[in-house]
Amino acid sequence: MVRVISRRLIQLVVTLIALMTLVFFWLRSLPGGPVDALLGERATPQTRELLTRALGYDQPIWVQYGRFLKNVVTGNFGNSIRTGEPVTDVISRAFPATVELALGAIIIAIGLGIPLGYLAARHRGRLLDNATIIVTLIGISIPIFFLGYLLKDWLTQGVHYFPPSGRISTGLGNTDVTGFFVLDGLLTREFDASADALWHLVLPAFTLATIPLAIIIRITRASVLDVLDEDYIRTADAKGLRSPTIRKRHVLRNALLPVVTTIGLQTGALLAGAVLTEKVYNWGGLGTLITDSISGGRDYPVLQALILLAAVVFIVVNLLVDLSYAVIDPRVRVQ
Amino acid sequence: MRASVRLIAVGAVAALTIGAAGCAKSDRDSGGDENTSAAGGTFIFAGAGDPKNFDPIFNDDGESFRPIRQMYDTLVTHKPGTAELVGGLAESWSNDATGKIWTFKLRQGVKFHDGTPLDAAAVCANFDRWFNMKGEAAQSQMIYYTDVFGGFAGSPDAVYSNCKAQDANTPVVTMTKYKGAFPGAFTLTAFSIASPAAMKKYDSDTVTQNGDSFSYSAFANEHPTGTGAFTFGGWNKATGEITLNKNPDYYGDKAKVDKMIIKIIKDENTRKQELRAGTVQAIDFPAPADRKALAAEGYKVLDRPAFNILYLGINQKNNPKLKDLRVRQAIAYALNRAQLVQTKGPGGAKVADQFLPDTVSGYAPDVQKYDYNVDKAKQLLAEAGATGLTLNFYYPTEVSRPYMPNPQEIFTVLANDLQAAGIKVNGVPRPWNGGFKDDVQQFGKQDLHILGWTGDYNDPGNFVGTFFGRGKVEFGDQAMAEMFTAIGKADATVDQAAKKAAFEQVNRDLATKWLPAVPVWHAPPALATTKNVEGLVASPLTAEEFNTVSLTK
Repeated sequence: MVRVISRRLIQLVVTLIALMTLVFFWLRSLPGGPVDALLGERATPQTRELLTRALGYDQPIWVQYGRFLKNVVTGNFGNSIRTGEPVTDVISRAFPATVELALGAIIIAIGLGIPLGYLAARHRGRLLDNATIIVTLIGISIPIFFLGYLLKDWLTQGVHYFPPSGRISTGLGNTDVTGFFVLDGLLTREFDASADALWHLVLPAFTLATIPLAIIIRITRASVLDVLDEDYIRTADAKGLRSPTIRKRHVLRNALLPVVTTIGLQTGALLAGAVLTEKVYNWGGLGTLITDSISGGRDYPVLQALILLAAVVFIVVNLLVDLSYAVIDPRVRVQ
Repeated sequence: MRASVRLIAVGAVAALTIGAAGCAKSDRDSGGDENTSAAGGTFIFAGAGDPKNFDPIFNDDGESFRPIRQMYDTLVTHKPGTAELVGGLAESWSNDATGKIWTFKLRQGVKFHDGTPLDAAAVCANFDRWFNMKGEAAQSQMIYYTDVFGGFAGSPDAVYSNCKAQDANTPVVTMTKYKGAFPGAFTLTAFSIASPAAMKKYDSDTVTQNGDSFSYSAFANEHPTGTGAFTFGGWNKATGEITLNKNPDYYGDKAKVDKMIIKIIKDENTRKQELRAGTVQAIDFPAPADRKALAAEGYKVLDRPAFNILYLGINQKNNPKLKDLRVRQAIAYALNRAQLVQTKGPGGAKVADQFLPDTVSGYAPDVQKYDYNVDKAKQLLAEAGATGLTLNFYYPTEVSRPYMPNPQEIFTVLANDLQAAGIKVNGVPRPWNGGFKDDVQQFGKQDLHILGWTGDYNDPGNFVGTFFGRGKVEFGDQAMAEMFTAIGKADATVDQAAKKAAFEQVNRDLATKWLPAVPVWHAPPALATTKNVEGLVASPLTAEEFNTVSLTK
């Protein structure tokens, strides 16, 4: 086990170095740079030159790359070009927002997906099964931003069941402990802030959950159907085990393996979906940060750090998924 | 069966909890709304983007200037709702016959938020601070200073010389040369007067470089200290809220609300939805398409008086036919601008017949107007031997500017008009950042392009001079010497009345003799508020002051 983890960590480092180099040169090959974005219509040759020199973009790209590597290795990601804040501050503020959103989405997706998938399989070919198939098809195919705007139009305009955007009502979000607003309210015993944050979380989390939810339902259903056809289920049945025992110990446990893999793979989709969801709901997390950093002026330092962070999250989550196999499936432990 | 039942139960409980939280909250909140509309109260304004920081001199964009304007004042300002100059921190101002020496009479008894007095020494400390700013990092962030004052201490282009306190309330600013931008440029928010004591205490001039970016001082981020109607209450970056508190010691009209929160919502659709949900009381820049619907629903839509211009630029370099005035006039006649304004213009838009709006001094009411006339256009093209002309028309994508809400649509209409007059148009879309601006302003690849400008202060030079005061790649001609000289002369006229007359003549000549581009429209951006917001005065310069705002039941 230790060897598996350490090998994965080495892979992680190598991946990151390659990615860093790629990102550095890719970003700088994009047309348009921070200087023009910052100056806008007011760019005179004089101000342009001054800013280019001050930002160090007049130096050869290799010098810039060397400076970048040196900074990253020493843990210095620089400051945001737009706001002048340290990149680590910017990201550590946005990170909890996205994690809160993604956790909300994954809880909805798993909490509804596995039971529904299981039920669909148990009722194969019947109304519930067919209905599930149609609904998941819609869930997968509807674009996130479209669904987001639709939900907002239905549930926040005219009738005010939910707030249209943001993470917390204006004026309530002053209890910054961990950056997770739902948790912060509980920690500081400001339960109304927690409830308010949770209330703001519902629509965005549901919007973001639709695609993973649909996929989890599908995979669970297919996987349960496979297991139900296995010989060992028939054997268990034949030797007279009680039905609940068979389902819990044999069907569900075996059927969960592919589902867990899917959940791991969906992390990437969640991060991508968060960009759109956050845009629609003015969420202020990593997704918003990515769009702002690209469209609002090629904020290289922030972008570089964000892409590295996304890679780390993706790799770590998949490592955790691999490790969870061992918990679910004793055979993996033996191997 | 038990396992599945348990799983379903877990799912159901989760769903119910979330649902219950939703219900509980919506009840609670509708109660909360009534509280906020009590006397004084909190005014929540939805802004469209993050500010950079709150040190006026290091900023150049509207989203930073919005909170800065509430916390600081300038020496000269505008009469609310107009571009007319009136006293700010200075009750009056005058300049000598050479136009180089500016004498200000300060308002008495004004105090900064830290309790220190605003006097001549404080004003001079600000001017000296800007002029003596050290380091390229800091200097490169002073966009407006570089633009207006030419350069810093030691630079031969520097316009500023010195500032002396004639007496405690009379600072005298001496320039090295006359500059047409003054006194209009004294109103620029970037040149707000800050407390010298606070700047010293919080190390305002330290702009440090870290990698390829900058970080600003505690003064700029946590302790902005001016004289304005609101004091700084904090910027919660996690929620995107800037809190401003009423300044009880303000010298002018004290704020009617106790607190103002600027909530940053970047998406225009979301701003509108928040307004409709009642969670904000005012929004900036509603989408032009939403204007009618919002007004019909009972929201107040406030049009700002025009202070911008959209023009169709003509580059005379690549196609020799464009050097012929008749061809440029044909282009002007071919455009049905009145219809464009009606179909694509934001509310309050109007056809432009010159390159500055009528709110700016130097506007000439009697310029030659090129009303839509296809036959005339065809005739002029034939006379110039330019029938069958083909032009590359560059337009930007991935951008929306107040003067240009949807460049693609504007291009389509203009291109159709030109085609109808027999000019073949080859449309070239380029992304705004990373294509369009470089191709148009640096390389001059286009024959035609659309671009515009929002004015900074009330000075014709800030409009006409910006575009046509010198040879620019954008218009491709270094040889329109007569035009450059005339504008330079007008700009250098010290007497304000004579200057106004000179620019009126420039505008008449631009329309008849030179026509280096075709003015298209003035399209002011709007504000929208809920019914209970009173006293908000829309400013042509997007320079609203919120101390006059009150909330009724």
